[in-house]
Amino acid sequence: MESRYTFGGDEHVFCEVDTEMSLEAFFKSLSMTNAIRESQIRGVTEICPANASFQVRFDPDIIKPDDMLAEIRKLEVQAENADATMDTRIVEVPVLYNDPWTHETLMRFRERHQDPTGTDLDYSARINGYGTVDDFIAAHSGSPWFVSMVGFVAGLPFLYQTVERQKQIEVPKYLRPRTDTPKLTVGYGGCFSCIYSVRGAGGYQMFGVTPMPIFDPQQQINYLRDFMIFFKPGDLVKFTPIDRDTYDAAVEAVDANTFEPKIRDVRFSLDEFNADADACNAKLEGALK
Amino acid sequence: MIKVLNPGLATSVQDMGRHGYYHLGIPQSGGMDQLALQAANLLVGNPADAAVLEATFMGPELEFTADTVVAVTGAALTPKVDGDAQENWHSFPVKAGQVLSFDYLKGGARAYIAVAGGIDVPIVLGSRSTYALGALGGFKGRPIAVGDEIPVGKASGTAGRTLDASLRRAPASPAEIRVLPGIYWHWVTDESGARFYADTWKVAPEADRIGYRFRGGEPIQFTERERPFGAGSDPSNIVDGCYPYGSIQVPGGTEPIILHRDAVSGGGYFMLGTVISADMDLIGQMQPHTPTRFVKVTMDQALQARADRMALIGKIKDALG
Repeated sequence: MESRYTFGGDEHVFCEVDTEMSLEAFFKSLSMTNAIRESQIRGVTEICPANASFQVRFDPDIIKPDDMLAEIRKLEVQAENADATMDTRIVEVPVLYNDPWTHETLMRFRERHQDPTGTDLDYSARINGYGTVDDFIAAHSGSPWFVSMVGFVAGLPFLYQTVERQKQIEVPKYLRPRTDTPKLTVGYGGCFSCIYSVRGAGGYQMFGVTPMPIFDPQQQINYLRDFMIFFKPGDLVKFTPIDRDTYDAAVEAVDANTFEPKIRDVRFSLDEFNADADACNAKLEGALK
Repeated sequence: MIKVLNPGLATSVQDMGRHGYYHLGIPQSGGMDQLALQAANLLVGNPADAAVLEATFMGPELEFTADTVVAVTGAALTPKVDGDAQENWHSFPVKAGQVLSFDYLKGGARAYIAVAGGIDVPIVLGSRSTYALGALGGFKGRPIAVGDEIPVGKASGTAGRTLDASLRRAPASPAEIRVLPGIYWHWVTDESGARFYADTWKVAPEADRIGYRFRGGEPIQFTERERPFGAGSDPSNIVDGCYPYGSIQVPGGTEPIILHRDAVSGGGYFMLGTVISADMDLIGQMQPHTPTRFVKVTMDQALQARADRMALIGKIKDALG
């Protein structure tokens, strides 16, 4: 894993930590961006961690691009030797899989899909070798996920599942992006799940919806009063399948502003995960019980 | 206060932008042509960074409830006060009850309408700019609509000032947009890379505050590579990463898209370079079908262009300060 640095015009340094996705690449990207934030390099205006890369925006009137790049490179050794342990939180996200709203939307954009005869869940289950959609949903909701990036649009989390490489779900994006995606759709593209924070365009396969809002520009929702965006990189998520009645009850609670997400503090160790993924995940999920 | 009689095509409140939230998917927003935005403010006597209305392709119709001073810069949309034509890049008085309207578009794409005192909508995350996709900032988080009553700050303003034509900036024809190659430029074959700069592209109808799409050039040819895990199946896919402002992505290798002020902050398409900061204003003034050439520059040239633009803004401030 060798980082590659390049300039994005005269205002950005772009660093590809690795060409492919892995928890190691994500941890290094997060360590690098944390180190840059802490080192308070003058001229830095925005620090954006991503899945296996990151970007730093800077003011070249304050620091020359080559100097900026040298300052960031200096932090790489430190980030590589950083302890791959993270004190973070795990959040339970209820999901109504196979819901009527994403179903209506995916039927409307069927001609843009690889398999116009089925649904996104049918297709994704089949190409990943699952016998039934239920088995596929069990795998998607069976192990936790890291929020490995927040972006695309305001507050949208990209999620990477904490399972071994051979168990990772991989699906292509739509052949041509949709112009519509229901709000709070749980989607999938490449090796990433996501939750669409707002209604709009999208290219990820659609699996279900969550009743839990994750972006509120009005800051009216009780748990989004302090800040309008719920997720940050490093959060852990556990998807919990729910039925329609539970979904409706959760929506009612959201409308009454009494919905509270279930959140617990946890510690994630990359070494522990690499030694025994199942045991590591059982411990993380146990915190929510 | 301003009453909106007709909003035009896409008119929104913008200032110099909202910084520091891109890592959470909230783009900077703000005026697409920041030079014209600042000039409009300085003409009426506002601080350069006050909030204005940005009108796209077509002007709005606005009724003023108090005497004020207005200036319109950027696109050649001739302002009219109760039907009387006014000059662009010039500050003029508007009396209570009078209506500001516009002639049809004669050049450019976005006009900046500054009002003495500035547009006084609430500041959200440090800015008054509208980010419509996130329903954030501006007037109720959206472009203005018929019947809106838009608050204006208190100030008397200075009428009768004009910005000299030598201090204005507009794209050439064909437009020349300077690009620093990089990010994933090494994925493009040498021959295809040369074609990218040699071809004349045209702005596609899908050109908005999020991004400008271009058509008409040869599709990008990619070098042979192994598909990295997690990137997706198309040769133009990367493991989803950040998108710099001004970066040029080419989904499927066919139509380049330059991300602008309301950029999506990241995604899964490779980028072959980034438009230099000095030329982002010009993109904001390009209409659909504008012929466009991409011109390769070095970092030194990018920094020189940046200094030239800053010097021009300095001269505007001196002339109107």
